[in-house]
Amino acid sequence: MENTALLEVRDLRVEFRTREGVAKAVNGVSCTVHAGQTLAVLGESGSGKSVTAQAVMGILDSPPGFVTGGQVLFQGRDLLTMGEEQRRRLRGAKLAMIFQDALSALNPVMTVGAQLAEMYQVHRGMSGKEARARAVQLMDRVRIPAAKERVNDYPHQFSGGMRQRIMIAMALALEPDLIIADEPTTALDVTVQAQVMDLLAELRREFNMGLILITHDLGVVADVADRIAVMYAGRIVETAPVHQLYEAPAHPYTRGLLDSIPRLDRKGQRLHAIKGLPPSLTAIPPGCPFNPRCPRAQDICRTDRPPLFPVAAGRTSACHFWKDTLDAR
Amino acid sequence: MPEPEQREVIGSGSGGAMSMASGEAESLKGGPLPGSADSGKARSLWSDAWHDLRRNPVFVVSALVIVFLVLIAVWPSLIASGNPLQCDLARAQDGPRPGHPFGFDAQGCDVYTRTVYGARASITVGVCATTGAALLGSVLGGLAGYYGGWWDGLLSRLADVFFGIPIILGGLVFLSVVTGASIWPVVGFIVLLGWPQIARIARSAVVTAKQHDYVQAARALGAGDARMLLRHIAPNAVAPVIVVATIALGTYIALEATLSFIGVGLRPPTVSWGIDISNASTLIRNSPHMLLWPAGALSLTVLAFIMLGDAVRDALDPKLR
Amino acid sequence: MRADGEAIGEAILEVRDLVKHFPLTRGVLFKKQVGAVRAVDGISFDLRRGETLGIVGESGCGKSTIARLLVNLERPTAGRIRYRGQDIGKLSGGALKAVRRNIQMVFQDPYTSLNPRMTVGDIIGEPFDIHPEVAPKGDRRRRVRELLDVVGLSPEHINRYPHQFSGGQRQRIGIARGLALRPEVIVADEPVSALDVSVQAQVVNLLERLQEEFDLAYVFIAHDLSVVRHISDRVAVMYLGRVVEMGTDAEIYEHPTHPYTQALLSAVPVPDPAARQRRERILLTGDVPSPANPPSGCRFRTRCWKARPKCAEVQPLLEVPSWLEEAGGPAAHPSACHFAEERGVVAGA
Repeated sequence: MENTALLEVRDLRVEFRTREGVAKAVNGVSCTVHAGQTLAVLGESGSGKSVTAQAVMGILDSPPGFVTGGQVLFQGRDLLTMGEEQRRRLRGAKLAMIFQDALSALNPVMTVGAQLAEMYQVHRGMSGKEARARAVQLMDRVRIPAAKERVNDYPHQFSGGMRQRIMIAMALALEPDLIIADEPTTALDVTVQAQVMDLLAELRREFNMGLILITHDLGVVADVADRIAVMYAGRIVETAPVHQLYEAPAHPYTRGLLDSIPRLDRKGQRLHAIKGLPPSLTAIPPGCPFNPRCPRAQDICRTDRPPLFPVAAGRTSACHFWKDTLDAR
Repeated sequence: MPEPEQREVIGSGSGGAMSMASGEAESLKGGPLPGSADSGKARSLWSDAWHDLRRNPVFVVSALVIVFLVLIAVWPSLIASGNPLQCDLARAQDGPRPGHPFGFDAQGCDVYTRTVYGARASITVGVCATTGAALLGSVLGGLAGYYGGWWDGLLSRLADVFFGIPIILGGLVFLSVVTGASIWPVVGFIVLLGWPQIARIARSAVVTAKQHDYVQAARALGAGDARMLLRHIAPNAVAPVIVVATIALGTYIALEATLSFIGVGLRPPTVSWGIDISNASTLIRNSPHMLLWPAGALSLTVLAFIMLGDAVRDALDPKLR
Repeated sequence: MRADGEAIGEAILEVRDLVKHFPLTRGVLFKKQVGAVRAVDGISFDLRRGETLGIVGESGCGKSTIARLLVNLERPTAGRIRYRGQDIGKLSGGALKAVRRNIQMVFQDPYTSLNPRMTVGDIIGEPFDIHPEVAPKGDRRRRVRELLDVVGLSPEHINRYPHQFSGGQRQRIGIARGLALRPEVIVADEPVSALDVSVQAQVVNLLERLQEEFDLAYVFIAHDLSVVRHISDRVAVMYLGRVVEMGTDAEIYEHPTHPYTQALLSAVPVPDPAARQRRERILLTGDVPSPANPPSGCRFRTRCWKARPKCAEVQPLLEVPSWLEEAGGPAAHPSACHFAEERGVVAGA
């Protein structure tokens, strides 16, 4: 791990202005990623994890989405104050993104080879022939069998797992320093999911990239992440190194998530479900956003919003009763 | 079995989580229905739609305009005392004057009286042709979409054939064979040309609706074809048909005018906006008032129907409530 | 032949050699068949009263087709589905309607399985409209309110529309609709996979509570092996239209003998970072072959590390392998592999 952070997000705020009102999707998110590190951002739908990624990448649909505050420092430079032209040149070259749905992220009327080659032609000014040769190399690199023949196929001619590999190839094409993967394996079958995650982890090591993995799957996180940030209602509620988080969560929401999933390796009794639903982003409860669903909630939780308390070295928790939660183990 | 200990009372908006011994509780949240409490009375889509429509100013205004137009179409003498066929060539193209607020046309007929009397033919043609085309089109298209197979193939090709007929040429041939003083040959021709458009829309809407799981769910419950079509598919497929039909209504009235213009549509002594618009179009520089009034009446009518269609479509979509 | 765990009750559903092929056609007006997708290709199982049979497999293995066959949304190409002795694939009219009362379905997607233009009261009450003999007209509204209460929703919400509910609540509405006719069997096709993690547990718990309360038998179809283990008494693992291994949850998860089951289990990410190093991962190569053109013999052989010439020639049957039966123990359960062999792959097991 290096001293300077590859990406540092400070107090990022995003809101969506819709007819129904203002939805506060991201409410002061701060996190850092170092080169060669995998940060998993864990959350349910509506937790703001994907919006955070889009704001960092600068691909937020605006309107209705607006970044209303904060800084996104990438290698020391603030992406949010940078000109759009400059930012676009960074995208793809220095930071890249992998989406959940590869079929809709790839252009259906262009061959995959042409789409890969385009990256080199646009960003590197290579000739068509040279770019095409690189495209084949790249497809080989993400282990697409018979890359030479398949370079002229269209996206729909590939299986889901293969398409996700092509997405990864596109993200890797210019050897970026940071990759953001938004639910990269959610749409895939479990045996294929394992292949793709392995590939991603291997490439991350090889290129010494930073990886932000956005997911709702506690299993995937445990498999590949170094650090975890748990999001709830647009906030990070807990950050920790992966082992410590699973061993002893310091936030009741994390605890609840871990208790509510059925385990493959043991047959339990009734699942301990978290009661209630995540709040609507247009009406986030005052105090701690988790308080209506929290078994530990006290009066203070309904009035005072907990900041991220330092819990241990490299660990934070946004719970007034983090100590009790930790000790409850 | 552990039963829920307490339930949230509706109307309080969000919050109020209920607790359940088995730990499966959910706080019941969701926007309360505007302007209505969840009372014990059963409600249906149609009663809810009517409830909404009565409070929608767009609907109220367009419905009032349409009611007014229909009234004068039936009883033009309510607001016009003159005779649209009594003309005085001496007054040809004269401007407005007391008792004749819209002026006179090229034949010296009173434009106000003719505009009022023209409503009958234009609206009858428009409404009848739209109703006919929409009924024929949605029934044929809907059945094609629902049953599929050879019936679908046959119908789609048939629709293609009708699509290919050029309007003017078709009108010339059809209306010179089927003639008569009444408006019905024109209505019949428009229905004949108009249904394939509606049928295509209806077919694709039904094919889309058919694929939804709730249709499968109804089938798994043992629902028959009639229930599936009327209760599950039709309400979810009707919106695009309504939109296309209301837009078509305007074009049908204009089509009637076109046919009248080339001399195969309505013929004098029938009075219609189409005839008057085509007569006025050559004299627009000298006497714009001749065009202005029948064209204005036509636009108002078309707009009223389109707005009505829009309001009905929105009312049938609970998501917009 | 085998100890199948505790027998819960008599078999109410018997599936024998079930086959469903979907013809592939060309041409618009004159269609001709150019092949067939062999979605389900010879499947047999029993479902006993009050038990849960889990069916797992990856996409395209035919598990959803089984669901649609069981509730008669599709007719089998061959084979039988017998509900209390009647072959439901051959019924029609009133007799089919009567059987449908007893086999109901819960769908995967809570957003498309409820008619957006019907109120919740109409959705849950529709079964009574279709089967008026179940509840007299005046009583239906009360029954609907009761059902809402049973699935943990407020009866006050009877006049709301589906879009006013969250995904988990919609799934409860779908479950209430399935329960309305008091069926004996509920076929649930991926009932929780569209839901958020914290809401999944609520719905799984609800399904378990309802099973006890109404003595339901479930066919629980899912791709999530953890959820299936949690809820199932017995588990069938499917691959390309066939069941490759079947047994109690402990037999399948702790003593798998089919290579595909082993690979599948080993690929599931376990939410325990400590197990990361301990775990032995079997990474399969390649993709699932097309069900329109499945491999000869054993269908898994193209991805199997154990494949030998015999696998391409002889189709392995789903039965207890003789060498495992002799040894006895939990590994002696039906497994369609010529070289079946126990291998524990679940960390912590």
